[in-house]
Amino acid sequence: MKEARERLLNGLIKENPTFVLMLGMCPTLAVTTSAINGLGMGLTTTAVLVLSNVLISMLRKVIPDKVRIPAFIVIIASFVTMVQLLLQGFIPFLYDALGIYIPLIVVNCIILGRAECYASKNPVIPSLFDGLGMGLGFSVALTMIGAVRELLGAGEVFGVHVMPAGYVPVSIFVLAPGAFFVLACLTAIQNVVKIRGEKKGKDMSKIQSGCNGNCSGCGEIGCGSRSVEKKEGGEE
Amino acid sequence: MSALKKVSSNPHVRSKVTTTSIMLAVIISLLPATGFGIYNFGWQRTVPILIVTIGSCVLTEYIYEKALKKRVTVGDLSAVVTGLLLALNLPPTAPLWMCVIGGVFAILVVKMLFGGIGQNFMNPALGARCFLLISFTSLMTNFEVDGFTGATPLAALKAGETVNVYNMVIGKCAGTIGETSMVAIVIGACFLILTGIIDLRIPGTYIASFVIFVGLFGGKGFDASFLSAHLAGGGLMLGAFFMATDYVTRPITRNGQYVFGILLGILTGIFRIFGASAEGVSYAIIIGNLLVPLIEKITYPKSFGKGMEKSA
Repeated sequence: MKEARERLLNGLIKENPTFVLMLGMCPTLAVTTSAINGLGMGLTTTAVLVLSNVLISMLRKVIPDKVRIPAFIVIIASFVTMVQLLLQGFIPFLYDALGIYIPLIVVNCIILGRAECYASKNPVIPSLFDGLGMGLGFSVALTMIGAVRELLGAGEVFGVHVMPAGYVPVSIFVLAPGAFFVLACLTAIQNVVKIRGEKKGKDMSKIQSGCNGNCSGCGEIGCGSRSVEKKEGGEE
Repeated sequence: MSALKKVSSNPHVRSKVTTTSIMLAVIISLLPATGFGIYNFGWQRTVPILIVTIGSCVLTEYIYEKALKKRVTVGDLSAVVTGLLLALNLPPTAPLWMCVIGGVFAILVVKMLFGGIGQNFMNPALGARCFLLISFTSLMTNFEVDGFTGATPLAALKAGETVNVYNMVIGKCAGTIGETSMVAIVIGACFLILTGIIDLRIPGTYIASFVIFVGLFGGKGFDASFLSAHLAGGGLMLGAFFMATDYVTRPITRNGQYVFGILLGILTGIFRIFGASAEGVSYAIIIGNLLVPLIEKITYPKSFGKGMEKSA
């Protein structure tokens, strides 16, 4: 159970796909015009991510290495199609709001990234929790961005009017530039918290992204090149 | 060699021109347009907008630099120029809280976050104007002041109505505070050109290419009254002389400045004639600002002796 908790925490905070890994920017910027859209997109992606991680982990010894990417995409695309049809049938308003971004989940780099980095190398249960953690991290991030944009751009959160009556909505926040503003500010706040904590001497290893020397359970991209740099720096 | 003369490092000759003196000259040259705006729309409306916008710009810069323990650069007056230009680009009906948002956005986001004076990649006043224009479209395009009808001359022109070109040149028409009077702006621009602070490269190519574009694609040919209405209307004059020539966001190479001017003229023409809204100067200049690094790259002069073809 310890590993499951670690995987969940990793996806939610330490390697949050949106704020730390900066993956899946296309849906992040495009669909977060409101909190409910962000949440819907996040949970849809989570469902696909969990299912594809589990299946890819099961098949990891069957899939030949040379054709693994096409194989992953076939698996992911099948799940996306299923989820799309389910959404169309049961939650039509979300289906209309997300539009083209539902089929585009197939090429969401978080899903392919987790398949390539984690699920294809690890057993089924950790992969399931890895998908769940990453998906929830993505959902939380998207909901936060969506809520801030909806609050500033329309004076509402989840469709409930919260701003005082005299508030004039800053409509740039529900348009494309607002997504960049909000994403940048939220990421900056995260970094400030982590840097301040480190300066105060707190143990930030639980929420700080970075290498703990245990490469087997780590899916961080580009880690290899960084650790080489560190070693060279150390020798000097 | 006992009598060593003390030789200081260069520069040996220093010009008396400073950032402050340039900014002061720009402020002086904007006074005719500001004065006409105050006269035209009444001081009760315009003076508070001017004070609040300039004040919020200066205060934002001061607080930011104090908070980050940097050298306070408020004294160089660049924040005042930004505030003044932004205020001249606001409609006389602008609510004061919107002026504050614009001032804070101009200085904090466009200028300070990119490194302060000399580092901003786009004109802060125009960046803030476009931010406000997208955020509060109806407030930013509400030109209804006593004595003037709602539509600006350019909007009327786009709708196919006839406009009074004489009033547009003088400035007796609806518009933002500082843009209406072509005469007042040109007087100020002459001052800047005579003192050598700006030259005609960017404004000249900008206006000339714009006239040619509108003549070719405007649908009325080179009709004198149509062309002069387009020249006098909207923010073209203010943009060409005061915004496009901003030292930080224009190309530094001579040929680059010609390219920049032509680009702005064509973009403004496209926005005004084929675009959905009547005005396009702000967006044209901002897009031009973003392309400045590329323009500089292709027009960078070759060092002496370097430009020849390699001999085999």
